[in-house]
Amino acid sequence: MIYFDNAATTLKKPETVIKAVTEAMCSFGNAGRGVHGSSIDASRIIYETRSLLAELFHAESPERIAFTANSTEALNMAVKGLLSPEDHVITTELEHNSVLRPLYELEDNGLELTVINADKLGNINYDEIGQAIKNNTKAIITTHGSNLTGNLLDIEKISAIAHAHNILYIVDASQTAGVFPIDVKRMNIDVLCFTGHKALLGPQGTGGIYVRKGLDIKPLITGGSGVQTYSRTHPKEMPTALEAGTLNSHGIAGLNAALSYIKEVGMDSIREKECSLMWEFYSKAKEIDGIEIYGDFSTENRCAIVSLNVRDYDSGLVSDVLWNDYGIATRPGAHCAPLMHKALGTEKQGAVRFSFSHFNTFDEINTALSALREIASEE
Amino acid sequence: MIKRSEKLVITFFTTASAMAMEKFCKEEKAKGRIIPVPGNISADCGLAWCADNEDEDDLLDLMVRHHISPQGIYHCLV
Repeated sequence: MIYFDNAATTLKKPETVIKAVTEAMCSFGNAGRGVHGSSIDASRIIYETRSLLAELFHAESPERIAFTANSTEALNMAVKGLLSPEDHVITTELEHNSVLRPLYELEDNGLELTVINADKLGNINYDEIGQAIKNNTKAIITTHGSNLTGNLLDIEKISAIAHAHNILYIVDASQTAGVFPIDVKRMNIDVLCFTGHKALLGPQGTGGIYVRKGLDIKPLITGGSGVQTYSRTHPKEMPTALEAGTLNSHGIAGLNAALSYIKEVGMDSIREKECSLMWEFYSKAKEIDGIEIYGDFSTENRCAIVSLNVRDYDSGLVSDVLWNDYGIATRPGAHCAPLMHKALGTEKQGAVRFSFSHFNTFDEINTALSALREIASEE
Repeated sequence: MIKRSEKLVITFFTTASAMAMEKFCKEEKAKGRIIPVPGNISADCGLAWCADNEDEDDLLDLMVRHHISPQGIYHCLV
């Protein structure tokens, strides 16, 4: 099998990740719920993982990182815990449904929403963000990288616009955390939502939220915390404020190993390998008659994603043939990014997304290109 | 019979703070260990740092340097 669906989840993980999860499952108790060795060991790994994430994102301290099950949970926390029906919020057409749907829920209750349009390449006009700001604008929420085209947004530029108007800036780093440098302090990001199972190379069911010091998010869920048991209310202190219930310490142990791997191999080296695979694939695929590629490839500032269509074939059909006849895993359809598909004009056809990992090889790229040539052939 | 002696007990608002305390104490070879919050301090759950009374100044200094906020500082039978 050739796996080119890394933007959905990275399938190949470092061996150390699998080993760490197995070891944790054989030895961990419930973190923060006791003082016996098994419980404390879990608490220690969780704290160490917070520290690694704080280091990766340049957070003020490990306590500013709360663990979640994925980006979707983190984004729901940010949207529903910070925004009220009387607020105005600005987002973009690049967003995933994990941003859009929580916003639409609030919109149904009165929230005012402005969605910045994307052009046919999937780019936005940054001036439109500033122009959309109103007296009641509470936050700007954007992705760092489109899960459909792979193009990055200039989050430093958006952050500057937000903070010039004392507006919160919430970033969805689902596609970028682990491969692109993110410095929440320098970039002045108030809330960063990330998942552990994509470029961070950890297990599914891991993710988190960074919340800038001084900013409080009303929790989505409350419950057991291991501390302040007799208080009627959930603790307000981070990270406990956003971590009700038993943490996924087994998964977090895997994420810990993944973060150590990224540190050891180097994020730059991982990104360079992924991108060189992407450019090799793109430069050859665009020469194939009958293939249309989406997104902006005039910039180096992009994730290792190439979304395309072959002639007028349904994207699901192409992806199915790639899998059944060639053993190549891709993702077809709408990729949970409905507004982006409207902008690209691919609402009906969807798109076949090839997304690369540094574990992929140039031989695999060549195999996929040969498959595409055969599928696109008119004979 | 369980023998008890008077000790310094530092409590925290979160498990993460208790873990931070343990990490920095280990790094700086400060004495002490994690214990459950003693019932004579609070019936709430949670982890506390337990050390000898004479280590208090050093531990408070360590906490200031590493931005660890205590919930409470006690001298009690443990």
